[in-house]
Amino acid sequence: MTQYMLSVVGNVDDAVPTDDEMQEMFATVGRFNDTLQEAGKWVFAGGLAPITTATVVDATGERPTVTDGPFSEAKEFLGGFWIIEAADLDDALDWAKQGSAACGAAVEVRPFDAASQ
Amino acid sequence: MPAPAAARGSDAVADVVRTEYGRVVAGLIRRYGDIGVAEDALGEAIVIALQRWPRDGVPPNPAGWLTTTASRKALDHLRREKVRDEKYAEAAMLTDDTPPEASGPVKDDRLRLIFTCCHPALAEPARVALTLRLLGGLTVAEIASAFLVPETTMAQRITRAKGKIARARIPYRVPAPDDLAERLDGVLAVLYLIYNEGYLSSSGDGADRQDLADEAIRLTRQVQSIAVGVGSPPEVDGLLALMLLSRARRPARIGADGRWVTLSEQDRTLWDLGLIEEGHALVRECLRRNAPGAYQLQAAIQAVHTDTLEASATDWGQVLALYDQLVRVHPTPVVELNRAVALAEVDGPHVALAVIDALELTAYAPWHASRAELLRRLGRAEDATHAYAAAIATTQNPAERAWLAARRET
Repeated sequence: MTQYMLSVVGNVDDAVPTDDEMQEMFATVGRFNDTLQEAGKWVFAGGLAPITTATVVDATGERPTVTDGPFSEAKEFLGGFWIIEAADLDDALDWAKQGSAACGAAVEVRPFDAASQ
Repeated sequence: MPAPAAARGSDAVADVVRTEYGRVVAGLIRRYGDIGVAEDALGEAIVIALQRWPRDGVPPNPAGWLTTTASRKALDHLRREKVRDEKYAEAAMLTDDTPPEASGPVKDDRLRLIFTCCHPALAEPARVALTLRLLGGLTVAEIASAFLVPETTMAQRITRAKGKIARARIPYRVPAPDDLAERLDGVLAVLYLIYNEGYLSSSGDGADRQDLADEAIRLTRQVQSIAVGVGSPPEVDGLLALMLLSRARRPARIGADGRWVTLSEQDRTLWDLGLIEEGHALVRECLRRNAPGAYQLQAAIQAVHTDTLEASATDWGQVLALYDQLVRVHPTPVVELNRAVALAEVDGPHVALAVIDALELTAYAPWHASRAELLRRLGRAEDATHAYAAAIATTQNPAERAWLAARRET
């Protein structure tokens, strides 16, 4: 088994969902999470607050700095993620398809470095 | 039965090695679970073969000899690797610990391997390169020169793809029945791409890369022989027939002056009748199975074109009917364009020109060339000259350019 991170790709140009849409998305994602847990593939998951809440800390220089805003100027940002256990990439891709459909966004699939586990 | 030994030179040995490469490396990958280990071990075995076989003769079972020799090398390597860094060695493993799945009567490791090489998680150029490297046994230098990229670029592309296969664990198996048809389409698409690049090089000095086209045919024959394990989908036969029927015309396709010769002007006595016969037999078998797909329909069109040694005797009504079917299963502007060329022969240039003008293909040389031909037939000489010039401006292929320039002048 290998662990994979399924990152939900948000985009600053996406329309802000209505409350009803949010409720429905929470419900479908909730059902997907249940399926993941029942299948024994679940490790961890979470949705992130809006990208406007991000703060960057950099302690690589002489003294740590703290600045407002996302680190990257890119339009895409991490909206949330799942960490799952999967047999191989095909297995992970199958779960990612379900996750993408559930949350209504593209999902990036990336393996964890085996040496770090 | 063993071939008389010492007579063979190292070229002949290299041929045997290339023929057996895919089979041997696929078996080693299954056994040792890692493409890098398998390739390195086989590489060492090939070096030994190149020293010994010209002297001692090619062994009666060259694949078996290579497998045994490479296996010893792989085991040595894995033992060293394990001692050095157990965790990393484990990470590089392709195999998982689940028991082998019931994937049907798949006996050939190459079938598993080609699905790995053509996995949708890899970029298309990487799929093409890996397939040529691992299944075709071409060296990185050969692949780089076929695609006119620097060897270091190609080496990087292949290394990165192999790294992704190992670390993201792209599986080494025939896909589940639900995904099989789609994934096989992906494999055929890679073979088709290799053939097309061989048929009409997109750039460079040569009019075509016959070696690449022949390699694509060889690989498609392999896939055909191993696709028995998944019910021999007729599109595999269709693709092979398509390649054979266009390969058969190669001797007539490029004139002595290096210029393109169109189908209607070709000296048909130069065609390879053996390949045509084989292609026609495959097309007949496809028709019998009656499950038409895009490759089979294109092959059927080629079969009509190669059915007569007189261009004027071509059954254009039949060609058009097949294009009508092809447009339904594969509705692309290029197919619409080719259909319009057949339409011109059936309903005249006026009707066809209206169809062509409605297509958005201004970056595609054959679109301009087809317009030019129709404009000329309609007596619109000046418009035709402009269209030939536009066609020349949109292609880099020297044989195509020479043909277009000559047409513009006449």
